[in-house]
Amino acid sequence: MSYPTIRIPFGPQHPFHIEPEYFMFEVDGERVVSVTPRIGYVHRGIEKAIEDRTFIQNLYLIERICGICSNAHTTCYTQAIEEILGVEIPPRARFIRTIIAELERIHNHYLWLGLAAHEIGFETLFMYTWRDREIVMDLLEMVSGNRVHYAMNTIGGVRRDITPEIVEKIRKGLDALEERMRYYKKIAMTEPTISKRTAGIGILKPKDAIALCAVGPTLRASGIKRDVRADDPYIAYDEIPFNVITYDGCDVISRLFVRCDEVFESVNIIRYAMDRLPEGKIRIKVPRRVPEGEAVSRVEAPRGELIHYAKTNGTTKPERYKVRSPTLGNIPSLCKMLVGGYIADIPIIIAGIDPCFSCTDRMAFVNVNNNKQWILSGEELRRYAIKWYQKE
Amino acid sequence: MVRELLKHLLKRPATLKYPFEKRPPFKGFRGRPIWDMKRCTGCELCYKDCPSEAIEMIGKGLEAEFKHHLDRCLFCGQCEEVCPVNAITMTEEYELASYDRAEMIIEFKREEKASKNLSRSSKNV
Repeated sequence: MSYPTIRIPFGPQHPFHIEPEYFMFEVDGERVVSVTPRIGYVHRGIEKAIEDRTFIQNLYLIERICGICSNAHTTCYTQAIEEILGVEIPPRARFIRTIIAELERIHNHYLWLGLAAHEIGFETLFMYTWRDREIVMDLLEMVSGNRVHYAMNTIGGVRRDITPEIVEKIRKGLDALEERMRYYKKIAMTEPTISKRTAGIGILKPKDAIALCAVGPTLRASGIKRDVRADDPYIAYDEIPFNVITYDGCDVISRLFVRCDEVFESVNIIRYAMDRLPEGKIRIKVPRRVPEGEAVSRVEAPRGELIHYAKTNGTTKPERYKVRSPTLGNIPSLCKMLVGGYIADIPIIIAGIDPCFSCTDRMAFVNVNNNKQWILSGEELRRYAIKWYQKE
Repeated sequence: MVRELLKHLLKRPATLKYPFEKRPPFKGFRGRPIWDMKRCTGCELCYKDCPSEAIEMIGKGLEAEFKHHLDRCLFCGQCEEVCPVNAITMTEEYELASYDRAEMIIEFKREEKASKNLSRSSKNV
């Protein structure tokens, strides 16, 4: 390496991704040598805003942290508050929450498959998956009354019931979704367009995945069986049998297969939950004033493990609220995946973790200096100099 | 994949020609909320619970009137849910865009007679 490496800024505005995020790549020829992420461009001050709204108003604010995993965020929030209140929601509400959560997972994975196809230039697959995504969006609108922000969860249960007619319609929709996903998985296995761009790309070894705290499908594609739904069951997951999907490939195509198979699992979970939907109330009345206390709640969002922390002080508003979204957990492993790859693979590797930077950037978070572990020798001083010049 | 593509040659497009063709919303869709002022008791619950301060209340109790700021509304349906007398309903209207924010303030007033009658009856009580 007698030639100096070249720095390529990537973002904050970049045509490959709709959300603003900045990555500084150092490249040697076509190979990426090091990556510096800089997050915080979509910081909206949500955590502070949560502190001066009531618990009921926060339901709708927290839902808007992320458009795609909106239900996962409210499930996590309501769980934390219900824990502080010491109430248990009715079994029917738990099952309805599970059905919505799994429909949301199907929606997210369809969306991701389309985006990944778009990233590798396979526009036909992108169009088809997004057309089929409409099926699940229509189902969610039918159940909840809205396509994106379902507003189904409330503290003490769910807001709407699932009637037998809706169950029938969901069954029909699930059949179509399952059949289509089977077809897409077959395409992914046979079509050289996909395997050439994704197989062996963005390697994350199991050891690194654990060391860098990867979450969700990214972790499971490295062969590690870890899923909050199975490890620490919440809502109705302890009563529903399902498999945790893992693949050993450690590359982008394994992440694709993990998501394809998770759709089949979700379909089975929803069918099982609809067959055994308990009778009874869908919500219980809870006081508006929440006693003093704190709680941590975990949810397996479609993108990975989501953690919420709530601290209350006996008023109608929370004292402190903290959200750790799955994408934030995946950024260190993302940097690991990018190093050693080609510049042309950057978009698909970043897309491979299913990033949601709106989730990530609720607070200013600069983690530039902690990335030392994968800086090559002699690079550190150079980077210091570069930064020093940038300040001027 | 080629076979799938050829199959789709003969199919109709999956999209609708929107302004001319409309997809009716599903039953229970959360569209623009409307107030039934004959039922409203002015309890302030909808005004207090609104997460985006889209509901403005003028006056108190049985004389209260509402301004609904459509440009701030989230269509979450919390006002409908919390109303103790079911005075608020979410309609299925969804084409609510406008060029002017002033046009997006919708007023809900009590009829002159009705409000007088109500205030009189409340005095009697």
